[in-house]
Amino acid sequence: MTSLILSTAARYLLPLLLLFSLFILVRGHNEPGGGFIGGLIGAAAFALNAIAFDARSTRRTLRIDPRMLIPTGLGIALVSSMIPLLYTEAFMTGKWLTVYAPGLEEIDIGTPLLFDCGVYLLVLGVALTMILTLAEE
Amino acid sequence: MLAAIFSSFAASLLAPGLYRMNGRAAGWFLALLPVGLTLYFGSFIAAVSSGEVFLFSYDWAPSLGIRFSFSVDGLSLLFTILISAIGALIIIYSSGYLAGHPQLGRFFVYILLFMGSMLGIVLADNLITLFVFWELTSISSYLLIGFDHEREAARAAALQALLVTSGGGLALLAGFLLLGHIGGTMEISALLESGAVIRSDPLYAPILLLVLAGAFTKSAQVPFHFWLPGAMVAPTPVSAYLHSATMVKAGVYLLARFTPVLGGTELWVFALTTAGATTMIVGAFLALRQTDLKLLLAYLTVSALGILVLFIGLGTSEAIIAAVVFLLGHALYKGALFLVVGIVDHETGSRNVRELSALLSAMPLTATLAAMAALSLAALPPAFGFIGKELLLEASLGAQNGAALVTIALVVASSVFVAAAALIAIRPFFGTAVPSQKLRHEAPFTLWLAPMVLSVCGILFGAMPSLVETPLVRAAVQAVVREPVSFHLALWHGPNLPLALSALSLVCGAALYAGRRPVHDAAARLQITSPWGPQHWYGQVLAGMNHLAQRQTQLLQNGYLRSYLLIIVAATVALAAGKLFGALRALDITRELDVRFYEWIVVGLIPAGALTAILSRSRLAAVAALGMVGYSVGLIFVLFSAPDLAMTQFMIETLTVILFVLVFYHLPRFTALSTRTELVRDAVTALAFGALITIVVSIGAGIQLYPKISDYFIEYSVPLAHGRNVVNTILVDFRQFDTFGEITVLGVAGIGVYALLKLRARKENP
Repeated sequence: MTSLILSTAARYLLPLLLLFSLFILVRGHNEPGGGFIGGLIGAAAFALNAIAFDARSTRRTLRIDPRMLIPTGLGIALVSSMIPLLYTEAFMTGKWLTVYAPGLEEIDIGTPLLFDCGVYLLVLGVALTMILTLAEE
Repeated sequence: MLAAIFSSFAASLLAPGLYRMNGRAAGWFLALLPVGLTLYFGSFIAAVSSGEVFLFSYDWAPSLGIRFSFSVDGLSLLFTILISAIGALIIIYSSGYLAGHPQLGRFFVYILLFMGSMLGIVLADNLITLFVFWELTSISSYLLIGFDHEREAARAAALQALLVTSGGGLALLAGFLLLGHIGGTMEISALLESGAVIRSDPLYAPILLLVLAGAFTKSAQVPFHFWLPGAMVAPTPVSAYLHSATMVKAGVYLLARFTPVLGGTELWVFALTTAGATTMIVGAFLALRQTDLKLLLAYLTVSALGILVLFIGLGTSEAIIAAVVFLLGHALYKGALFLVVGIVDHETGSRNVRELSALLSAMPLTATLAAMAALSLAALPPAFGFIGKELLLEASLGAQNGAALVTIALVVASSVFVAAAALIAIRPFFGTAVPSQKLRHEAPFTLWLAPMVLSVCGILFGAMPSLVETPLVRAAVQAVVREPVSFHLALWHGPNLPLALSALSLVCGAALYAGRRPVHDAAARLQITSPWGPQHWYGQVLAGMNHLAQRQTQLLQNGYLRSYLLIIVAATVALAAGKLFGALRALDITRELDVRFYEWIVVGLIPAGALTAILSRSRLAAVAALGMVGYSVGLIFVLFSAPDLAMTQFMIETLTVILFVLVFYHLPRFTALSTRTELVRDAVTALAFGALITIVVSIGAGIQLYPKISDYFIEYSVPLAHGRNVVNTILVDFRQFDTFGEITVLGVAGIGVYALLKLRARKENP
């Protein structure tokens, strides 16, 4: 059941949607968005791909096993929570670094952002594990 | 101090690697650690024996009164030195005893883990810290007993020991929490000062019973004694270490430690002397039936633990002196005897007295070591055990109540000790050779070093008691009695009643040994205990619990999603409804509702979608209708300016539709299976739940129990969390820990879904 229109559209939509999901992830700290929503959008992007083609080719596009994203995301979240321990501060204290990029307003980068990235990967991993496993059945 | 305690845990992590690199020599390397610890703790001797107490404290969860605090006083010092010194010997012995065992590396992990936990128990100055280490010893001893995990018996014995001791551990935790509650502190050194207040509290009796439950299970007091002989399936060095010198003494340590807090009352004396005396007699009686040397020693240990508990219970300073001296002597000779039996077992392949004979010519050294240790067990001069026994008899004669009874029981137990000592020291080594015996030769150095040190100390301390009197014994006694005590340890006290009683027990013991066959057979025929014994009850309770668990799982977890939902929803309604009924008055339905017309439309769409989903005869229509409900809820989030929630809701709805599409292929044809009764039941439950949530939300919106926290979040979102999206700053910063928990659950759920799908797939096409 391959539709030419859908598969052509999906080919272009996948990178766009992924970019959008990353955009949602990064802007989350100041505008609506964040790792959870971003991860879901990313999962939807791959799900669309899986519907347009099949689960096997989506796995190829994805390159890594979505199951691996679960411990990776959890690990990143844990590492980001432990960074303040290096400064002998309490577990999960937010540590911030202000970056002055030329031509842009100053940007705050901090451990909560890293934590959000962990959430993004984990949500992406969980959703894709479910979707792709079901699609392969 | 922290480093000293945790070095064992660190070493246990390194042990497998070290073993892989160095093989058998790893044992010698690893033994350096406890040797170092012995020296380290030994460096406290001078200061502690002059009455100093060292406190070390590190914050853990200070708001709960939980600290990593440790104290070194006489009592802890005696135990730490015993634990680390015997630990070093055991590690060396094991590297010979288990040489070539494929899992020797793992063995070192367990034994070091155990040693560290044991040190933690005796040094802990905080109730919670003590409890944590207490449970760690239960766990590590579980691993050690079940070391031969391929044997069914080993696994069962390990589980039994774990269940009994950790069951007691739970009681201990409850007792500690109550104790901390009425004492106002979790620090043991502070509690020691407020004993009078605690003893007069109405909660004293429950606390005492709970703490005793912990101590009695650990120290194998009747009726919890049965796990100890079972634990003899462990490798012999484990039995020597855990079940004679250290772990089982943890309960004794606990009782001695809390004597100043809980001791001295009528209930304390009654409970301890009753349990102790019973255990002493039962252990001695059961020992008569054994022909397996290891089991014999195990029952003697039960009996010895009974003696210790009994004398701590008597509580006079004479009794405490006797208990401390006996404890030290017992650790030395029981450790040595276990190790000797291990050698005999290792070299001949048997430890049944009836199969062993005339080993003297082949194993002269082992025979000598056995004889030296047995001298202490039989309490003959010049062994240290003799001093202990004299003190025990003297203290029991001086007991306030039931002196005669206690003394008679003690003499009876001692007679059995004497007979057992003769059995171990004489039977395997003399007499005519048994033809079936395997080849026999002397043990290697690694095997005889440990029992040699222990036996020699047993004799040396007896001949020169001043070696241990001031450095170890006096400070330990003072830590329990909490006042200066003056005593002098000596072999010869002149011709007095204790000496006569000692001689009496010697004669009785010799008689028991001489008539060992008929005595053994008579004891074996008296099967009064086994059918009604605690072992039987343990089995019954375990089987009952398994049965119950199975029944309740079948009832509640039947595998149908619909019954799970029904149970959860119905239970929530049932539990919350009663409470809410009283709160209904707070419901203000007259309130003016300010609802825009488009909000009415959205609100109308939700029930319409729900009704369509229920009534639809097509699965696709039902899914679409459910989607309508979800999107309408998302619209409500949009209307009430919660864009984050709305986005998430929309995404979830979208992905749900995708998932539905994916599973559609696999679903059977849509049919109506529910009967009318089931439909009515479900409708009632659903409506009740809907009503419940509506009421909760309506009432909840009007109640303000605490100041709103949202103002705080809004105010500090930018300055503290560097973000203008308050929802996101709450998720990833203010409430980061909650989020971490949630994503962990999500990850586990994902793995669960994967496992379920794959499992089913494999079942269908194997």
